[in-house]
Amino acid sequence: MIRHDYSRVDPKRRADINYKKRQFAKAEFQQQDYEHRLNYYVLPPTAEITLEEFETWAINRLKVLSELEACGFRNRSPEETAEYMTSILNKYLPLRSNSSRSQSLQEERKKDHYSHFILRLAFSATEDLRRRFSRLETMLFRLRFKDDDLLERRDFVSSLKLEWEEVGNAEKREFRDELAAAGGSKKGDEQEWFKVDWERVPELVEQRKVFLKRGKAYVPQREQMSLVVAEFTRRLDEALELTARALPRLDEDDRLAPILAHLSQSFTAPDAAYSSSDAEIDGLSAINANAIDSLTQNFPLCMRNLHMTLRANSHLKHYGRLQYTLFLKGIGLSLDECIVFWRRSFKLITDEKFQKEYRYNVRHSYGDVGGDANRRGRGYTPYSCQKLLTEALPGTGQAHGCPYRTLTQDSVEPLIAMLQRTGVADRDVLKTVKEDVAKKRYHVACNRVFEHAHKKEIKKVRDDGSWSATDLDTIVHPNTYFKRSWLLKHLGEGNAGVVGGDKMEE
Amino acid sequence: MPHSVTPGSTPAEDSSRTISQVEPVKSELDTQDAHMADAPSPADTPAEAQAEERMEKQAKVNLEDMFDGEDSDPEFPSSAPQPKSEAESSQPAPIRINPRSVFSDPEIMKAFYQRLFPFRYLFQWLNHSPSPTNDFAHREFAFTLPNDAYLRYQSFPTADLLRKQCLDQLPSRFEIGPVYSANPRDRKTLRKASSFRPLAKELVFDIDMTDYDDIRTCCTGASICHKCWAFITMAIKVLDVALREDFGFKHILWVYSGRRGAHAWVCDKRARELDDTKRRAIAGYLELLKGGDQGGKRVNVHRPLHPHLDRSLNILKEHFQASILHEQDPWTEEKSAHLLNLLPDPTLRAALQKKWDSSPSRPSASKWADIDSVAKSGALSKSSKDLLEAKQDIVLEYTYPRLDAEVSKKLNHLLKSPFVVHPGTGRVCVPIDTRIVEEFDPLGVPTVTQLLTEIDEWQGTEEDGKKVQDWEKTSLKPYIEFFKVFIAGLLKEEKSGLKREREEGTEAMEF
Repeated sequence: MIRHDYSRVDPKRRADINYKKRQFAKAEFQQQDYEHRLNYYVLPPTAEITLEEFETWAINRLKVLSELEACGFRNRSPEETAEYMTSILNKYLPLRSNSSRSQSLQEERKKDHYSHFILRLAFSATEDLRRRFSRLETMLFRLRFKDDDLLERRDFVSSLKLEWEEVGNAEKREFRDELAAAGGSKKGDEQEWFKVDWERVPELVEQRKVFLKRGKAYVPQREQMSLVVAEFTRRLDEALELTARALPRLDEDDRLAPILAHLSQSFTAPDAAYSSSDAEIDGLSAINANAIDSLTQNFPLCMRNLHMTLRANSHLKHYGRLQYTLFLKGIGLSLDECIVFWRRSFKLITDEKFQKEYRYNVRHSYGDVGGDANRRGRGYTPYSCQKLLTEALPGTGQAHGCPYRTLTQDSVEPLIAMLQRTGVADRDVLKTVKEDVAKKRYHVACNRVFEHAHKKEIKKVRDDGSWSATDLDTIVHPNTYFKRSWLLKHLGEGNAGVVGGDKMEE
Repeated sequence: MPHSVTPGSTPAEDSSRTISQVEPVKSELDTQDAHMADAPSPADTPAEAQAEERMEKQAKVNLEDMFDGEDSDPEFPSSAPQPKSEAESSQPAPIRINPRSVFSDPEIMKAFYQRLFPFRYLFQWLNHSPSPTNDFAHREFAFTLPNDAYLRYQSFPTADLLRKQCLDQLPSRFEIGPVYSANPRDRKTLRKASSFRPLAKELVFDIDMTDYDDIRTCCTGASICHKCWAFITMAIKVLDVALREDFGFKHILWVYSGRRGAHAWVCDKRARELDDTKRRAIAGYLELLKGGDQGGKRVNVHRPLHPHLDRSLNILKEHFQASILHEQDPWTEEKSAHLLNLLPDPTLRAALQKKWDSSPSRPSASKWADIDSVAKSGALSKSSKDLLEAKQDIVLEYTYPRLDAEVSKKLNHLLKSPFVVHPGTGRVCVPIDTRIVEEFDPLGVPTVTQLLTEIDEWQGTEEDGKKVQDWEKTSLKPYIEFFKVFIAGLLKEEKSGLKREREEGTEAMEF
């Protein structure tokens, strides 16, 4: 049945329409009214906008999202991120509260709404883009949710009509101790709780921040954000999936497609901060398996940690092996020597077991076997600091990751002990490292240790001007650490001191 | 593979080995046919169970027809076993099961799969319904062959075909993976790669003794004894109650891994359908110990303790006294340094150090008691609350379950099937009854050779003309019966869930 609808044009009359009149006619779709500052982006935009608006709005939102992503890469804390983002948001994507009574309230919200949907189109094409877009949009939503006016936030949340059950007084009394213990709140601190299926709040469950009973999670009011945000992500992921399916039908539009393609291309991932030139170190002749032990003095703490664990246990677990193998590859250890190195290091393991269970992995890391043929010959690139800092934390018996992060999860002592073992005894350095780590500036701490360990040499190259400032930039890759450390320690030996032409990339 | 080589077991000799007596061989033939008959075929329903029994007694002509039907199955043209030739080869000379027989000996594995392995129940367990569904047909199996090749993405429409391939290839073990959106065998013929993805799998947990190596003093490496099995018992108790009480799961199957660990299979529909994020959340909720072997404190929890940890601590406290302090005795001699490290109070640490240096052979239980007595005598600079919390942390560090969490976090992780033989020990991976988990004895679990001997030594008679299955003649019987009861509970819930869904479905249609 065809419903009569004013938005539809009777097909028989289509020919009679004067496009000039139609172009300036009022939109026949219902205009959306943006009641709340926050938006779950359920309804797609229906009104018309100009192509120029289409492009600039999208670019503005993209700018915001990539700044947000950069904050994550730089390891900014949530507070720092919020502070940093305020000015950027105000510039590119302002969104004022109802109480501001601003004239442009509806305009701002419209821009937010439309730009979201334009980017949704641009980033729905591949799984990678979708995941990235959803992650960043979630970050943005969380940021805005946090600084939203309390009353307006409550209005917004109640408008969502999420299915959750309030915990009654009887139940509250029954589980009083458990609820207080799980929520970590003070005694007598009256609070409201919601009861939802635990599957809806996986992050709270993972951190043991909620009380669980028979599959229901008792979520305190203040953790509401996590629920609302999780729901936002869930809906966005679903919608992106649907958009991806609808995308092929958009191909015929030759005005939008190029803009969309351009948008998604300019959103590519920043480089891993590793270049093959890091592997070529002047004056360092081909490394063999025997040399590793003496070279560890030039290794960053993450690799020394792995090396010490390896020597102590004659074994390393998978991720540690992977991280270490790639690093060794990066400093120029050949595949054959690398296999020799591992074979000798795993003293307690029979040849047969080694051949069967470990050799393949090393070869795989070097790109000698496995994977798709395109990558073969290169294998994986050595891990950057950023990669090490964003990995899952090591579990029992594992030693991978950045020790400035992994050894300081609960107390800073293991890291300090580790540093002292590697010869960093200076009190002031240890103290500042502690401060850096407390602020989660792990790479700053690592660079500080580097500068301390190479104090004399750095002073020397600074004074005689043989190294430029870029050569002494912040280190963000373990292989850069090694290269710089090795060159500094071998100043004046042959041509090792000459680095001028060989730029290290950041 | 070190254990697959027997001194002097050449192929020629292998073919001369067969079952030890002529009598049992006859019965073996029968049971084998019976197995084939009673394995569910697409038409099977519980109502037809009786018909099945009748069939068992009937002439074999029908059965032969059934085999013919399967032989023409286009999917497995080469792997279809010929029952006759099988019988011929096994008739002349019986297997000699002697102490020197190695568990992965092909004849032994063959006899095991033929006579003991409960394919039918494994099928029911994974299929969740009497008639074959995609829950079973799209399930990935991975075989480890005797030559150590690893065959992934195997799948089987029915239990019979799984059995057939097991008999054909005699895997030293096989693993179970997820149910995929398409038949795993067809994965390369699919037009889109994305249409082949894992849909569901039991939520699994793996506890392995390796993770306890830094605190167990009785054994190291692959060996275990009753003392260190206590770690696994504690872990099972804590995890089982958490999964039931907190997450509301009901159908949790604990399985002995064959050597020195245990696996849990949470089979509730809700658990099977969890995605990776949610699996990771559960693993995170249950994981407590952080950090590597580098020493230092590995338990750091907020106070007040989360209800789950509080409950776990109450369960673990009593074990700590017996299993840790007395049996493991972890702080003898210079090992007490680690204990001292875990105490937050420098004054107390110094006092204890002095005391223990003078009598290094003091047992751990006394050292543990010393902490309180020395603290009472005034050598405490911090509050007694801090000390209590530190002591709680120590109890948790030494007793709280250590999970191999990676196994639980991924939907497509494979895990060794229950009831297969562990190639190193020969023990069958039997289910563990959590109601009597304390009584479970890993060293008393039957080995495959022992079971095969038991069949031969069985003295009972067949009552009321009812066929006695081979497994019923062995000490595997209680385990398989436990498994049967477990499956019955699962199927019952699955059925009522299905009904509910259907009712809701019809309601939704009526608008």
